[in-house]
Amino acid sequence: MSMDLNVKAIKKNAFRITKVRGKTALRIRVPGGLIEAKHLQAVKEIAEQYGDGTVHITIRQGFEIPGIPFEKMDEVNQKIAQMIKEVEIDNGVDIDNAKKGYPASGTRNISACIGNEVCPFANYNTAKLAQRIEREVFPNDYHVKIAVTGCPNDCIKAHMQDFGIIGMADTQYERDRCVSCEACVKNCSLRVTGALIMHNGKVRKDERRCVGCGECVLTCPTAAWSRNPEKFYKLVIMGRTGKKNPRLAQPFLEWVDEETIIKVIKNTYEYIDKYIDRSLPKEHVGYIVDRTGYQVFKEYALKGVVLGPKARVAEHINFGGYLYERDGFMK
Amino acid sequence: MGYRLSNEKFNKLLDGLKGEYKIYAPIRFPKRGRFSDTDLIRYGEINKVEDVVWIEKSNYSPKEIVFPITQTLFYFTEDEFKESMVHNKKILIFLRPCDINGMRRLDTIFLNNGPIKDVYYERLREKVKFVMMECKDGFENCFCVSTNSNYTQDYSIAVRFTSNEVFCELKDESFQQFFSNLGTEMNFKPEYIEENSVKVQLPEVDKITTEFFNHDMWKEYSKRCIGCGRCNMACITCSCFTNSDIAYEENPNAGERRRVWAGCHIDKFTDMAGGHSFRQDYSSRMRFKTMHKIYDYKKRFGEHMCVGCGRCDDICPEYISFSNCINKVSKTLKEDESNAQ
Repeated sequence: MSMDLNVKAIKKNAFRITKVRGKTALRIRVPGGLIEAKHLQAVKEIAEQYGDGTVHITIRQGFEIPGIPFEKMDEVNQKIAQMIKEVEIDNGVDIDNAKKGYPASGTRNISACIGNEVCPFANYNTAKLAQRIEREVFPNDYHVKIAVTGCPNDCIKAHMQDFGIIGMADTQYERDRCVSCEACVKNCSLRVTGALIMHNGKVRKDERRCVGCGECVLTCPTAAWSRNPEKFYKLVIMGRTGKKNPRLAQPFLEWVDEETIIKVIKNTYEYIDKYIDRSLPKEHVGYIVDRTGYQVFKEYALKGVVLGPKARVAEHINFGGYLYERDGFMK
Repeated sequence: MGYRLSNEKFNKLLDGLKGEYKIYAPIRFPKRGRFSDTDLIRYGEINKVEDVVWIEKSNYSPKEIVFPITQTLFYFTEDEFKESMVHNKKILIFLRPCDINGMRRLDTIFLNNGPIKDVYYERLREKVKFVMMECKDGFENCFCVSTNSNYTQDYSIAVRFTSNEVFCELKDESFQQFFSNLGTEMNFKPEYIEENSVKVQLPEVDKITTEFFNHDMWKEYSKRCIGCGRCNMACITCSCFTNSDIAYEENPNAGERRRVWAGCHIDKFTDMAGGHSFRQDYSSRMRFKTMHKIYDYKKRFGEHMCVGCGRCDDICPEYISFSNCINKVSKTLKEDESNAQ
């Protein structure tokens, strides 16, 4: 019997059409890039029993298992059900039946740097935030890429995402604990933006230059610098690769709280729903923003958002990047 | 005399004491630690027994209570000056035997090192009474037994904390009034740690010669140490400071003389007029500190300076262990001696 497949339904189920006729590949989500090691067993078994024995580790921190015959999709979905239950459903993700596999693939895996469980630089638990975002936005067919990173080093490359969330430390200075060693000042000037200067033996911070990396806390020998326990984030938006206009994500919000981030992302899904070009098979959110303009996006994204006193919103954004059609080689 | 007080009763005791005393203990500053979502434990004023962090070692020592990190000595205008003031309360500090022994080293440096006492230290130190926190098990990196700092009798009150009550030994009768009608009288004597997992062999100071200062053993530290000075800042016995005159911005004719902590691992420590500076190499800073802690202080005052609290090891971002360094000194001296024979 000839193979008769509903390709769109298959794609939505996180299986992919591959160059090998009759063979698919399963994409497994790992929100925040963090799972219990035991799940690797299921990945291994699917790859060895149904695939070609290999596993591709995706740029978004998922697993892609190639070489699976299309007719084995149901069995593979059974095999991955326990992982979907523990990683997704137990995390609060709205999936009815784990045994049917992933219900959507448009909104990609939420990736995260290793975060403050391990990294000294990270300003928060990135995996936890990624898992929360997963719960808030998934399953969803709209093509949105989100990644969270612990500090402005941006090891997860949040600047290449539609939404890049960057942890910011509101560093606070206890003047009397400062011994004028200048470690923070020298370090900030060498490695960051030079937001700190010495004045009369104590340190002054230029709030506008501070990117909230928290390096001053790390370098201070007396704990004169410490972080405000309240968490703050920077949100960079609409970064992308692709064949038209690759560009880095640009700052949209900074010094905002977690609730603001969540609300803005959820608002954006409504914005997509309203403005997406339905004549296309799919449209990435960045191109929708290109069509509507930043101001329309901004208005939608900030609906119902109450910004805190430290929050800053970009008035205008020049997304930049380069346009393939206008670059030097095509002129 | 001993007392057994519920936490509730102990808080009544603290309430009574607060009228006369500023009461300091190691306390937790949630999420104020070096890394995000970690806590900072350092000395601060307490209101209740629950504030006292007694199950962990503090990151910093209690020295900042008697030797503030930043201290204004006097204020000046064009033709007159006024000495700074200190508060008029007495001071009660909860601390472990190692730190009480450390306080004696600070006393030696500030009060008994030459004919002139440091009045700025003395004016705070003379207010202080100690509440010794019993320490039976020690913590990671502690080596107080090796430095004979695990034991002390220099305290007014000794306490053993448990989750819901406090056992107290009262040695200083001036505190008797605060205890009356509060707890059950009982016999309580604090116990002391007898053995640390870290053991240190202190060198015999007369075996250390000037040649040893140039020994190869120091070299590794030139690459390992980053000169951050955390060890100095965390140490109970590091007592260096530097003075500077600050001219106020709005009117530079008025200002203050201020002293702040200095550390021999930190840049500028040896800066002199004219731009001359010594010990640029970090290994020489490590050597300088080590020799002060376990050589020249002992030669001058008869006991080693280091009390083995291990805070320097706890805090070093480069995993340089001072206890290992001391052992290396002793071992190297022995090897050199046997090679010479």
